Amino acid sequence: MTLAPGCAVRVRDDWPERRGPCHIRTPHYLRGHVGEVVRHLGDFANPEDLAFGRPAPPRPLYHVRFQQTALWPDGRAGDELLVEIFAHWLEPTQ
Amino acid sequence: MSLAADIDSPRLLAALLDVLAAKGIAAPEEIAARIEITDRASPALGAAMVARAWTDPAYRALLLADGSRAAEALGITMRGLPPLGVLANGDGVHHLVVCTLCSCYPRAVLGYPPFWFKSAGYRARAVRDPRGLLADFGTVLAPTTRIRVVDSTADYRWMVLPERPAGTEGWDAARLAALVREGDMIGVTLVQVGVPTGSPS
Repeated sequence: MTLAPGCAVRVRDDWPERRGPCHIRTPHYLRGHVGEVVRHLGDFANPEDLAFGRPAPPRPLYHVRFQQTALWPDGRAGDELLVEIFAHWLEPTQ
Repeated sequence: MSLAADIDSPRLLAALLDVLAAKGIAAPEEIAARIEITDRASPALGAAMVARAWTDPAYRALLLADGSRAAEALGITMRGLPPLGVLANGDGVHHLVVCTLCSCYPRAVLGYPPFWFKSAGYRARAVRDPRGLLADFGTVLAPTTRIRVVDSTADYRWMVLPERPAGTEGWDAARLAALVREGDMIGVTLVQVGVPTGSPS
């Protein structure tokens, strides 16, 4: 999957921590929220596998921008949040 | 946590070093060398990069395009470390760096993080109430400035390139570097002229 800059994406509303031991680099406060791809940062070994000593194939990592107003009821318009998120946590929005 | 407090840390460390050496993963000398590099890093390294960027447009372009190469250009060891990204304040945008998941910090160029960087309070408020947090640091932004909070969640380490303060025209890089504090490169403070340098911690 290649995500172009400006592409609208939704962070998967998934909670692996409810299914058992895991190591996740996707903050809980972003799950299910919609942001915008800023750029592809490179491909990095999947930390979810690395943490358990499993083979960890490289996964695309993106810088994704979120509006503070989309995350918090009292977020200030224009303020943003910039977060690194792996491709397998992102899905294009319709 | 009570378990961790009961562990005999020096014995545990010695056992770990023995195993790493026995398995050929890392020799004691390699580990000692890396510890020395980590201990030697300080905000003065980042400040030198900032001052160079303020006085050399080509270096500024390199710093923003590839922070790791820009650090190496000043003799800072980046081999084997996570890539460094640098985000420029200015044009109405102010960056604030946090790691909500743990304590990711650009140690190669800023040294050990200030104690509050790893606190639950800082980590939560940076994303939830960044303007309130900046106010606690005494930092006042222009009303039209937008905040961009940078949550270091994965493989990069992030540093802020602060704005050069007014009144420093004609200063050389060494004099400029002396103004830059670690908080300025995290984004909790703005570079100021006439303020004693050193950690706010």
